[in-house]
Amino acid sequence: MSVRLPGWKEMAIGGIIVNPGNSLEYKTGDWKVLMPVIDQDKCIRCRICWYVCPDNAIKELDKPHTTKAKRVYKISYDVDYDYCKGCGMCAQECPVKAIDMVPVEVS
Amino acid sequence: MQAQVQYKRPIPLSTNYAVAHAAKDLDVDVIAAYPITPQTTVVEKLSEFVANGELDAEFIHVESEHSALSATLAASLAGARAFTATASQGLAFMHEMLHVASGLRAPIVMSVAMRALSAPISIWNDQTDLFNARDAGWIIYFVHTAQEAYDTIIQAYRLAEDRDVLLPVMVGYDGYVMSHTTEPVVVEDRESVLKFAPKRPYPYRLDPDHPVTIGPIVPPEYYYEIKYQQVKAMEGVPEKAEEIDREFGKTFGRSYGIMECYMCDGAEALIVANASYAATMKSVLPDAWKQGLKVGLLRLRLYRPFPVKHFVNYTSNVKSVLVIDRAISYGAPYQGPLANEIAGLKVREDLGFNLTSVVAGIGQRAMENEDFLAIARLAWEARTRKYPETIFYGVRE
Repeated sequence: MSVRLPGWKEMAIGGIIVNPGNSLEYKTGDWKVLMPVIDQDKCIRCRICWYVCPDNAIKELDKPHTTKAKRVYKISYDVDYDYCKGCGMCAQECPVKAIDMVPVEVS
Repeated sequence: MQAQVQYKRPIPLSTNYAVAHAAKDLDVDVIAAYPITPQTTVVEKLSEFVANGELDAEFIHVESEHSALSATLAASLAGARAFTATASQGLAFMHEMLHVASGLRAPIVMSVAMRALSAPISIWNDQTDLFNARDAGWIIYFVHTAQEAYDTIIQAYRLAEDRDVLLPVMVGYDGYVMSHTTEPVVVEDRESVLKFAPKRPYPYRLDPDHPVTIGPIVPPEYYYEIKYQQVKAMEGVPEKAEEIDREFGKTFGRSYGIMECYMCDGAEALIVANASYAATMKSVLPDAWKQGLKVGLLRLRLYRPFPVKHFVNYTSNVKSVLVIDRAISYGAPYQGPLANEIAGLKVREDLGFNLTSVVAGIGQRAMENEDFLAIARLAWEARTRKYPETIFYGVRE
């Protein structure tokens, strides 16, 4: 579905942003080719991906997870795909190779 | 019998001083400028006004013209009435900020004492500086007397701050020939000047209660529309400028129109000139007519946007139009930038005159009355003869 963009008469002059905080509406993660997928079982909760992500797109969630080997973690890591640009830094730095970069399917 | 309106008596001022007086009478809030020949005495005079308490303004001493326009722009965006003045290398150094100012639609007014550009270094007059800046989205006026400079600065603020316009304005006059020549100038009182051009600050001015972001990056989906807004803002300017000029005439008794046709009745050829060359040509034309050269002068006053309707109206019945350029557009079809532009207009409006492009007075090469007469003769002869190439008048073989 295509979004109707404003015409020249509808826009503020000079490209000035007159509605503060509207950057929240702007998702920067819509141009990735590969997306990181975290394997919650392999992940050792070292937090390195959270540290290295240049876009703060790794989310640390208060969501308990029990692995198949019955190991219990209090937290989980997830990716905010609205902002992740698919740079692969997290996958590169993950010490246990718990992150896979998989092709984004465009529908 | 109707009572005669009493106008003020003139005082002697150079064009630079006339400009400074105009800025003072407009009660500008911020001046940021760097002294550059031949503009220097504008800002010298203004700093004197500020120092003496005659003008309550911030005078920002900057280290370059890039900063001068940056500071002026910031002041304007903060809601102040801001003024700057420049020339030559300074205008060139401002080039980046020229586009930022017009892109952000800041109602700045700037005077330009036109001067040649390096290299080789020339501090003397021609118009290369302004013609290099003509595509920066500013409204451009050329003035031909000190009085007109004073009056035009006042009109310029009214125009720039108009809500349908909101564009920066340059007022150009010839360096030395005008900037340092003293003429009688009527200076109005601040009250009536401010009544004519009341301060109307930038509508999105920086205000903590209404936060805005000024100057963000704009992606391809939006940039084009914002630039088109500038195109549309320019479109309405000739009409508005004319209206402001008419009202100025009613208030102060002086008006100029946006394009002047001098000794045009019965003229078969027209010379297009601006600033001091228009003034000199005016003094020479009566002699030309005595010699049988029925030549008129089309004086450019509002140059950007170009008053197309007026131009077409004045030139539709003449056989020859000669354009005097004081800048060179190297390698262009006509090497005078203005002639080039008029060539485009001639095609667009299907005008029948023979166009002649003359480049003269580069680096203030002296032009005497005889030279202006010779150019008038050239314009006259061009009725029956085409000059396909640019004539570089006065260059030595």
